[in-house]
Amino acid sequence: MALDAGWAQEWLRAAARAVAENRTHLMELDRAIGDADHGENMDRGFAAVVAKLDAGPPPATPAEVLKAAAMTLMSTVGGAAGPLYGTALLRAATSLGDAAEAQPDAVVAMLSAARDGIVARGKAESGDKTMIDAWTPAVEAAATAASAGAGPGAVLAAAANAAQAGAVATDPLVARKGRASYLGERSAGHRDPGAASTALILAAAAEAAGGPG
Amino acid sequence: MSVGLVIVSHSAKIAEGVCELAAQMAADVRLVPAGGTDAGGGAARIGTSFEKVANAITKAGQGDGVVILTDLGSAVMTAEMALEFLDEDERATVRLASAALVEGAVAAAVQAQAGGSVEDVLRAAEEAVVSIRPEALEPFVSRSAAAPGTAKAAAPEGPSASGSWVLPNDMGLHARPAAVLARGLADLDAEVTVNGIDGKSVMLLMSLGLGKGKTVSAQAVGPDAEAAIELIGAAVEDGFGEMNEDGQH
Ligand SMILES: [Mg+2]
Repeated sequence: MALDAGWAQEWLRAAARAVAENRTHLMELDRAIGDADHGENMDRGFAAVVAKLDAGPPPATPAEVLKAAAMTLMSTVGGAAGPLYGTALLRAATSLGDAAEAQPDAVVAMLSAARDGIVARGKAESGDKTMIDAWTPAVEAAATAASAGAGPGAVLAAAANAAQAGAVATDPLVARKGRASYLGERSAGHRDPGAASTALILAAAAEAAGGPG
Repeated sequence: MSVGLVIVSHSAKIAEGVCELAAQMAADVRLVPAGGTDAGGGAARIGTSFEKVANAITKAGQGDGVVILTDLGSAVMTAEMALEFLDEDERATVRLASAALVEGAVAAAVQAQAGGSVEDVLRAAEEAVVSIRPEALEPFVSRSAAAPGTAKAAAPEGPSASGSWVLPNDMGLHARPAAVLARGLADLDAEVTVNGIDGKSVMLLMSLGLGKGKTVSAQAVGPDAEAAIELIGAAVEDGFGEMNEDGQH
């Protein structure tokens, strides 16, 4: 499908479903190296996003949808994921502007803006064992796919696959940011919960686009 | 009116408790807690909320400036985010402190109560890095040695002056006088030591715990050394304005 306001809504609804299904999994990941709240926080935040979508008038552009979701996440998630995903979606919305739908290059720019926003907010670098380790490979894979002529759905699918691989690749890393960094070497051997939720969210974006299109 | 404070914590109880504690020494300062996260009608949960922080900044501000103090990492991110959403004029009056939450809030509140500017209040918060135990203050005798274990900076150059006085007022060198002294000294170009600690630090002055009848000894070095000693002497002899005309309390 075209990446329009309807797609953006479906993206967030699919993300909410994925987060709810993986609530316990995300909490267990966070229990190992953090404060065990990531699953609950994300589930609460995305449930609030869905409630807001249900309550509001249909938005005209994908940017409007993402901006509303960002504001909701910032006030309901509670943990670091609130300002991080909030910033990501706000920057994504700004990048999309008032376009009615996103073309492949705009998808790459949107993902890149989201990633840059997370870097600016959290001050993490690649290899710090954070969600950046899922976002950066996703942005790179999306750019590669777009320049090879892929459609918007295929660009999102490439990003989602790379994010999942990036999340898996955080397993052996030692955390250098966030609550997990207090554990030092003991953080190795566990997947970063933020990278894991990033993979879920980007998979939801691809799922909402209905595959290569 | 004074600078207001916003206390951001993951825990609503911590934010409220810090405000309660700081209010004891700063009855007229707007202290606004922004703790916990919105939980859809129920009790606040552990976390921080953009909306709560943004509303607290507005409530604390009222045109005189705001200093925000935070606890752990994501509280900082939420506060930074709220700052980005302020319009430019309001943004210019708000500061985010890198401070120990409890000690910083108390020091900042005292400084705000004494009428300090937003920069004065910010500095008071950020310098309050020690707990209030005089024997723990040894490494902190100079502003230039702000971290434990750091070597003292090179001795300042210039004229020097010194003096000592006995505290005449019942309350001694408590929070308000400490803030008055620190703020007066901050504007002077001199390194000032009061009973072995940095005279420009509200928290360190308070931590001396000097009551009525105790001696205040000050040494100053630098171009304004003489003025610094005169300022301290005049304030102490006046009982920090807390004496009545015949010198009795
Ligand atoms: Mg957590």
